[in-house]
Amino acid sequence: MTRFDRWLANSGAILLGLLWILPLLYAIWTAVHPAEYEARFVLDAPLTLDNFAKAWAAAPFARYFLNTFTLVTAILIGQFVLCTLAAYAFARYRFAGRDVLFALVLLQLLVMPDILIVENYKMIRTLGLVDTITAIALPYIASGFGVFLLRQTFMTVPQELDDAARIEGAGTLAILWRVYVPLAKPTYLAYGLVSVSHHWNNFLWPLIVTNSVETRPVTVGLSVFSTTDSGIEWSVINAATLMTSGPLLIAFLLFQRQFVQSFMRAGIK
Amino acid sequence: MQKRQWIHGWLLVLPAMVFLLLFTHVPALTTIWNSFFSTPRGRRPSRFVGLDNYDRLFDDPVFWKVLGNNLWFALGTIPVSIALAIVMALFVNRAFTGRSLVRMAYFTPTVLPLIAVANIWLFFYTPGFGLIDQLLGAMGFGQTNLLGSPDTALAAIMAVTIWKEAGFFMIFYLAALQSIPPQLTEAARIEGADGWTIFRRVTFPLLMPTTLFVSINAVINSFRLVDHIFILTNGGPDNASSLLLFYIYETSFRYWDTAYGATLTVVMLALLCLLAIGQFFFFDRKVHYK
Amino acid sequence: MLAKLIKGAAASATLALASALPAQAVDLQFYFPVAVGGGAAETIEALTNEYTADHPGVNIDAVYAGSYQDTITKVITAARGGNAPQLSVALAVDMFTLIDEDLILPFDDFIKTDEDRAWLNSFYPAFMENSQTGGKTYGIPFQRSTPVLYWNKAAFAEAGLDPETPPATWEEMVEMGKKLTKKDANGNVTQWGVRIPSSGFPYWLFQGLTTENDVILANADGNKTNFDDPKVVEALEYMVSLSKDHGVMEPGIVEWGATPKAFFEGQAAMMWTTTGNLTNVRKNAPFDFGVGMLPANKRRGAPTGGGNFYLFKGTSDEQLSQAVDFIKWITAPEQSAKWTMATGYVAPRPATWETETMKQYAKDFPPALIARDQLEFAVAELSTYQNQRITQIFNDALAAAITGQKDAATALAEAQAKADAILADYR
Repeated sequence: MTRFDRWLANSGAILLGLLWILPLLYAIWTAVHPAEYEARFVLDAPLTLDNFAKAWAAAPFARYFLNTFTLVTAILIGQFVLCTLAAYAFARYRFAGRDVLFALVLLQLLVMPDILIVENYKMIRTLGLVDTITAIALPYIASGFGVFLLRQTFMTVPQELDDAARIEGAGTLAILWRVYVPLAKPTYLAYGLVSVSHHWNNFLWPLIVTNSVETRPVTVGLSVFSTTDSGIEWSVINAATLMTSGPLLIAFLLFQRQFVQSFMRAGIK
Repeated sequence: MQKRQWIHGWLLVLPAMVFLLLFTHVPALTTIWNSFFSTPRGRRPSRFVGLDNYDRLFDDPVFWKVLGNNLWFALGTIPVSIALAIVMALFVNRAFTGRSLVRMAYFTPTVLPLIAVANIWLFFYTPGFGLIDQLLGAMGFGQTNLLGSPDTALAAIMAVTIWKEAGFFMIFYLAALQSIPPQLTEAARIEGADGWTIFRRVTFPLLMPTTLFVSINAVINSFRLVDHIFILTNGGPDNASSLLLFYIYETSFRYWDTAYGATLTVVMLALLCLLAIGQFFFFDRKVHYK
Repeated sequence: MLAKLIKGAAASATLALASALPAQAVDLQFYFPVAVGGGAAETIEALTNEYTADHPGVNIDAVYAGSYQDTITKVITAARGGNAPQLSVALAVDMFTLIDEDLILPFDDFIKTDEDRAWLNSFYPAFMENSQTGGKTYGIPFQRSTPVLYWNKAAFAEAGLDPETPPATWEEMVEMGKKLTKKDANGNVTQWGVRIPSSGFPYWLFQGLTTENDVILANADGNKTNFDDPKVVEALEYMVSLSKDHGVMEPGIVEWGATPKAFFEGQAAMMWTTTGNLTNVRKNAPFDFGVGMLPANKRRGAPTGGGNFYLFKGTSDEQLSQAVDFIKWITAPEQSAKWTMATGYVAPRPATWETETMKQYAKDFPPALIARDQLEFAVAELSTYQNQRITQIFNDALAAAITGQKDAATALAEAQAKADAILADYR
């Protein structure tokens, strides 16, 4: 690579980066300036934190945040437990119907609950769970992707380790917990990342099944907050967006290297 | 022993299967079943109508338009976001000052909820004082109305989708690039291959499994990502930017025509199954998952 | 089976809980649509708090549910899901839909005394048109609005127009619009004459034009539309001509949400939008502005709009009576005045305008009266059975004509045919 090539690639990278971060920069700009400067980018615009105060007062964002946090945690735990058990069976057990069941699992990679909103809503209604956080989580608790991914990882665990533990008298679950789970750590981290970012940002299904402040996740809260019949107030909406996405943004910033490495080791590539 | 394996296997799989069946497979089947019935309304119960809903589907110009839109949407967003993801991954796989900042920049769309950033894009696209028009205006161009004209509305939606997706896919490529042994590209370089040849002959083929994995994701997302439509266009003008899932939502939860919503969902299921079959064949030939 | 078990358990738990509580505890839940800016959410909260302070034992859970469209979607979703709110503010035009879904109750069952009857008759007739059908009252006007014309006085003066006189007719709007449309050296427009938003729900502002052209869009029974009436076609042609022939309005679909901002930024010298924006404009416009009635053509006119209170089926009589009591209280002149001043929505009863606070407010801010005075010319907002779908068909036709994909007559004829196919069931 010549010096010029390198220079070209670097400026390309930076330019693309600027383009990609522009929406975030705009969000920050509007959030810390009065509304008059939403469309006017002058350096001497006065700074203010009013927009954050306004957004905080106008909607229960702390509650929305808590709801999302509960939701994402519940889904993640559910997925880890259910997918681990199923993946272990698919990786190491022989039983009648295994291939059919695995095909059904793989089918969910494409036919995901997101598109079955009509029937899933009926199902939730039959269960009497409309407007609960459980209702938002249930369709995603078992994930075809998770089962598939963990099965791939478990299959790389040497059978000898399994056998050795068995000879020592460990039960099925103990083996799973002591041998397989520790070896699959990067997979859990990588899968967790995908799952959290997906459900943190999921909108359509929560929009359908929630009706109240007590269950609304951040995404629905933000949309309720920003779709108005008077004008759009970018400064306040963007302040709200930053407040609610801030923690996740910072977490990703701090751990980005680990994430990439876990993806690498998990073999998702 | 054999029997114990059986029981254990089933017990381990059971919890996950219950939820999968309850919220994926059973609803998929009841969707098909319900597409043969009429929508119950207040005082009128649902009744069997045979293929009436499908007749209506074939005569529904909005359905055909939305289906066409969705195909364009898939064709437009999938290759571009994958290509950009590869470019981004190649960019930040090298050392340079500001690398981690750039990497973060690429990744921000993954963290920001689409529903919220859609408002920001709405500002960018706003005629007159929006960012794009301010920039174009400074260069002497006139006003645009990207979201408000049927020729560009879908493209504007697609741009937001690409922005959202490319950074996420980049992570996968970055992981893949970092696990390619540097000796391989080094060897090619010694043989005198230039950068582009190395990429085409060595790197890209090694990225193939990732590309397949990512393309599955991209295909799914091209049917699933409709959040920004709620804010940007609501499917307009005259359904020019509406997608299949958005139309399903409108039909089922705004017009409360759940039977027709089910019929539309059947089309979506059929499309996805076709794609699934296609991709399984593709998978079989090109990639060997153990 | 599982569902039944869960339901049974939940029901018995609720029963046990209910019997443990003091008998007078009444819980009311209601949904309402609001805007971020207008201070509507805080006002509703302050009002409900005031009410519950006076009525110990009543709990009101006011849930704000987004835009009008989101709110009606949410209300129907919740009601169909078996947990309807007791009352709700939702689009007045969805009355037929809510009746068709068998979700709401008429207020007549709760009207017992003469005083109650007088209350029911104390609203502006223009607002009651969207609230009554078959001799029964299903909606009580609350968050009601009507579109008005806002104009930028500074821009008028700059263009050599009288800053105190808005256009009175369609022709004047075009003429003034031409003077108000400014271009830069490159020939690019920097200020448009007028802005009539057409995103989301274009039918509403367009109904201003049809009313002025002396035609109504749907019959009172909500089962027949007149989309292909020549006068409707003419109104649409006028709207299209504003950008196509006269060049006084931005071409393409004009975004509703960005409209106030465009007005503040000097992108448009006149805008048509809801009175619900009055407080927003008053707070944020960096120039002197005027508020006027929509310009007339064959007659003056405008649609009404906004939300009514509805009563939902599926709750106890005690809760419903309490809900009616709350609605009576919140629509009383004093409360209604607070609401109007905080948001700009039109107070729905003449009595409200007679209170001292309102008189003072109108004196300080005369534009507030425009909406009220326009009510005399106002008609019912387009409302039919399967309302969301019918209006969407109409919206699509308007969008097709505005973006030049179809001519007005074709687009409207197609829309009429589609609407007829759906509404035939209801005749």
